[in-house]
Amino acid sequence: MARIEFRNLGHAYGPNPASLQDYALQPMNMVWEDGGAYALLGPSGCGKSTLLNIISGLLVPSEGQVLFDGKDMTQMATRDRNIAQVFQFPVLYDTMSVFDNLAFPLRNRKVAEKEVRSRVHEIAEILELTRDLNQRASGLSADAKQKISLGRGLVRKDVAAILFDEPLTVIDPHMKWQLRQKLKQIHHQLKLTLIYVTHDQVEALTFADEVVVMTNGKVVQQGEPEALFVRPDHTFVGYFIGSPGMNFYPLQIDGDAVVIGQQRVDIDAEQLQALKHANGELKLGIRPEFVELTTAGAPGAVSAKVVQVQHLGTSQLLTAEFGGQIVKARLDASARLDGGRQWLRLAKPETIFFSNDERIGR
Amino acid sequence: MNKPYNNKAWFFILPVFLTVAFSAIVPLMTVVNYSVQDIISPEQSVFVGLEWFRAVMRDSELHSALLRQLIFSFCVLLVQIPLGIGLALSMPAQGWKSSAALVILAMPLLIPWNVVGTIWQIFGRADIGLGGYVLSRLGMDYNYASNSLDAWITVLVMDVWHWTPLVALLAFAGLRSIPDAYYQAAQIDGASRWAVFRFIQLPKMRGVLVIAVLLRFMDSFMIYTEPFVLTGGGPGNSTTFLSQYLTQKAVGQFDLGPAAAFSLIYFLIILLLSFVLYNWMQSAGNSGQTTGANHE
Repeated sequence: MARIEFRNLGHAYGPNPASLQDYALQPMNMVWEDGGAYALLGPSGCGKSTLLNIISGLLVPSEGQVLFDGKDMTQMATRDRNIAQVFQFPVLYDTMSVFDNLAFPLRNRKVAEKEVRSRVHEIAEILELTRDLNQRASGLSADAKQKISLGRGLVRKDVAAILFDEPLTVIDPHMKWQLRQKLKQIHHQLKLTLIYVTHDQVEALTFADEVVVMTNGKVVQQGEPEALFVRPDHTFVGYFIGSPGMNFYPLQIDGDAVVIGQQRVDIDAEQLQALKHANGELKLGIRPEFVELTTAGAPGAVSAKVVQVQHLGTSQLLTAEFGGQIVKARLDASARLDGGRQWLRLAKPETIFFSNDERIGR
Repeated sequence: MNKPYNNKAWFFILPVFLTVAFSAIVPLMTVVNYSVQDIISPEQSVFVGLEWFRAVMRDSELHSALLRQLIFSFCVLLVQIPLGIGLALSMPAQGWKSSAALVILAMPLLIPWNVVGTIWQIFGRADIGLGGYVLSRLGMDYNYASNSLDAWITVLVMDVWHWTPLVALLAFAGLRSIPDAYYQAAQIDGASRWAVFRFIQLPKMRGVLVIAVLLRFMDSFMIYTEPFVLTGGGPGNSTTFLSQYLTQKAVGQFDLGPAAAFSLIYFLIILLLSFVLYNWMQSAGNSGQTTGANHE
């Protein structure tokens, strides 16, 4: 178990990266506390697998350092790092029994056979694999196979962190939930540092204490699931997290109000002050969950034409249009939407302003 | 039993049936026909029952040819399979080097069999062949034309040269199909190079290796052209393998009856041994290294 720290860590696959675009992983600093559950979330090709491979030692970063408990591990070989990894597809030693699979990492490290046996039984107990110990690993179901892959990591006492590389990809939907619960339970029981890579926001948000959102090789935000939802640091976080994602509108400042989609919207004086100090391309962002219906001409509201209403049981999803902009709003199931135009409040305390896609202030 | 029967479906297998009939069954039946008759002249033949089979079973020359053949095929597998795997493991995995290695490796496979025999016939001669010359300069009394052991070893080396690339190519294809995650997991688990081979590469290559073993077994068991060109089966009978013996009987002596009986036995031996090999390799992969029950 270990605290993992990245110092100026970056990686470019080509030599001499000239601009930030040349990096698969842009230089960054980050600390992951011992015993935490972290999720790396981002679309394919965002650099999360690169970061994972750097942690496990399969890849040596082109710059910066990786530290485990303050010890520089950057150049250390994978087998000496005490890292365990569960891959996207179950990786098993097909010819071995489940028992031998679990014992393999210990036997390779010349652990006494008696100790091996007790460790394997202990871990099999936790993973509910005891019944299958004498089975051949290749004949089991996908979720049992993933549990074995995980078990090979857990069986070692010295494991610093367990890395998961989209481990639920091949698991049936109804087993996914069970396996995720199992992971959480193991995390509580063993107090391991878990690092979970995924492009599925639900997986990331339910699994992790803290989520690291990445895009284009850049870490755009690290924070608790709630923070990502309420106060996204970057428009990408707003867009990627939540379903549907945040609404964004380019804005111009006009006196003591802002103009979005050709409509003047009054905003809070403090927010206006911050906007006036910001430069670059400005945007207003608001989550569909925070948009509310209001009366005609109310402050902070725009008048929008209803395009579509989807009933989702406990809520309804409104899609409306104003001045070429689309607004999505998640409204109470009881709200009356009878087509035509609606006044929607977009500027309110939950509204976030961005300059060049970065959150302004606070 | 009110199941509707639609016998028109049989028409659909007619093309396959006809093709197989003309390519396999009819010629085979001709052989069966020969094997139970004594053909005195094209117009005159006598039914002799299993007489030819009994005669063939008593033929001591055939027995020694069969023994020679078995030892040869055994040696071929013993050398070519490990060597082929070794070659595949040591080949570059990617890039132009990999392509170049593949092309160079595949070269012997492109050479016609009788040319292979001719190449080695010249190569092994002490007066004009490089191989024979080098060996005799090294002080070895090497002569494949007069020494049985030399001839036998030359045929084996020639076959290894000719066919190991096939095993290597198959093994290489098997190796390339292993996802990187397996190697990464092995690194994480602290596996040694040997353990990676034993528990990842070998099991993942099993499928192609079964094919390689069967192909090499059947081919080597039917070897004809190369030793025929190289040694003509000599010196003495030391490199007369089964198919050459068969040809001598059928074409050389026109003993069509015994030759046909022997052909059928030959065919059954190959079928039986292939079956045994196949099942043994399948079960070897399924029962290796389990501590308890080993059913799938």
